[in-house]
Amino acid sequence: MVSPGYTIGSATTTSATPRHQVIAFIGMAVFFLVAPFFIYPVFLMKALCFALFACAFNLLIGYVGLLSFGHAMFLGSAGYISAHAAKVWGFPPELAILSGTATAAALGLISGALAIRRQGIYFAMITLALAQMIYFFCLQAKFTGGEDGIQQVPRGVLFGFIDLRNDLTMYFVVLAIFLAGFLLIFRIIHSPFGQILKAIRENEPRAISLGYKTDHYKLIAFVLSATLAGLAGSTKAIVFQLASLTDVNWPMSGEVVLITLLGGLGTIFGPVVGAFVLISLEHYLAQLGAWVTIVQGIIFVICVLTFRRGIVGEIARLIKRPL
Amino acid sequence: MFDFLGIPPQALFGQLLLGLINGSFYAMLSLGLAVIFGLLNIINFTHGAQYMMGAFGAYFLLQYLGLSYWWALVISPLVVGLTGVIVERLMLKHLYKLDHLYGLLLTFGLALITEGLFRNEFGSSGQPYRIPEQLLGGNNLGFMFLPNYRAWVVVASLTVCLATWYVIERTKLGSYLRAATENPTLVQAFGINVPRMITLTYGFGVALAGFAGVLAAPIYQVAPQMGSNLIIVVFAVVVIGGMGSIMGSILTGFGLGVIEGLTKVFYPEASNTVIFVIMALVLLVKPAGLFGRTT
Repeated sequence: MVSPGYTIGSATTTSATPRHQVIAFIGMAVFFLVAPFFIYPVFLMKALCFALFACAFNLLIGYVGLLSFGHAMFLGSAGYISAHAAKVWGFPPELAILSGTATAAALGLISGALAIRRQGIYFAMITLALAQMIYFFCLQAKFTGGEDGIQQVPRGVLFGFIDLRNDLTMYFVVLAIFLAGFLLIFRIIHSPFGQILKAIRENEPRAISLGYKTDHYKLIAFVLSATLAGLAGSTKAIVFQLASLTDVNWPMSGEVVLITLLGGLGTIFGPVVGAFVLISLEHYLAQLGAWVTIVQGIIFVICVLTFRRGIVGEIARLIKRPL
Repeated sequence: MFDFLGIPPQALFGQLLLGLINGSFYAMLSLGLAVIFGLLNIINFTHGAQYMMGAFGAYFLLQYLGLSYWWALVISPLVVGLTGVIVERLMLKHLYKLDHLYGLLLTFGLALITEGLFRNEFGSSGQPYRIPEQLLGGNNLGFMFLPNYRAWVVVASLTVCLATWYVIERTKLGSYLRAATENPTLVQAFGINVPRMITLTYGFGVALAGFAGVLAAPIYQVAPQMGSNLIIVVFAVVVIGGMGSIMGSILTGFGLGVIEGLTKVFYPEASNTVIFVIMALVLLVKPAGLFGRTT
């Protein structure tokens, strides 16, 4: 029944940074620099936060082959800590975001150490269950505000002189954070460390036989992914001045899977494209209530049955180069 | 009457019974997941939605056709099982050659669609479903009051679980099934129609979820989201027990239900999370699960 015919995310394998990827990156950066003058910046910021979240998730599924079904716990808990730090402790935004991100890293270390003890489907179920545990914790803990969440978080003044209350200023800060996260992932993927991750994805027993401690590599990748997801969550909480249960609940974990699947698992630019497509779609469907869930489900089914490479994966196949 | 650590016995046994009831559902659902996983290598994320469909099936049958609970107990699982067969034939069978994770993603998508459709139609509030007349009332056991319906749920669930165990572990059909789990190609070479067996197995596992849904209808409200939170707990149960053994799934399901019930008595704040904590501990001590085989 089982044949190793098609493993998730086995689209890219080259090591050196190819020129077309650099060109695509410059194109993306230019687009984001110009976009806020044509598109509503708040929408763009939402898409960028989700794009970073999905890129972080993709680092695991696309390059190590680990499907985490609990990434909402990093997004959500980092958001809570960052919002709490900014509102209650009066932290400046840079420190608030940093403390949220650090929390996600610590949570990633603990949950990762547990989850990597099993592979494949079990890994997905374990991460989902751990995330549900965090959800219940956030539901019951005092500081999270239960069903209300933490509202009216001040955006504050970055580094003491950049006032973030202006949407356009905020946008460029979010863009800088996103690009930094994206470049870090880009660098990781093309580093020798990234090559070993891909080796684990393709054939873990063989990577072990070559002398690599695969558990260490998986754990480091997991923590990196959790940290970047936390960075996205912290930023999101500051941008929207809100941390709520939505961000820590399981549908959010499903959503990031969908974004990455739609954009292209194991492609560098896929999660970004997926985030923009899905966030726009949800924006237009928002008034239809439960239909959002149905449409998400339908996209899942279509992607899995006929569109497994995703948008960017298909483009990469057409131009015969990994993106 | 005696007191146990300052807890009145009514509260203790009441929660114990509730735990046993929850355990019945954990056992039936994790059993279905294990049977499906054994042969299809797919974790059926739609299981929670199918459990919900079973409950709604009972509600529809009563509301529109006037058919009683007892009819629902037979018809609803059959219909839910049939939808499972259709899903397997149309979609799942195309995924067997791919990474197992695609099966998880597809069934997750199907769960979203099913839940969304029901929520569109019925909103988030639950529909009440009354306990059948024959099972109204209860008995006073001296130390606690035992409602008849709750006793029935535990007995029915145990019966179904043990019957499933018997069929799989002790009959010829079950031996085919176990053989196909080990080596489908070889079993097919012996002239057994393995694809049909896979379809029917999925249908059976799904019908089991539907049956659990009908049992649940009079206890919990019939609501679109009744399955989605349950299924995540059941996943944790499956990780704790390991999916290698049928009896293991049953024992883990009931055992964890009882532990959860006891937690509600002694430390209610942790009752939502205790199963996840146990999962974390089991992963530390015995990563393959209590009854699992290391793979």
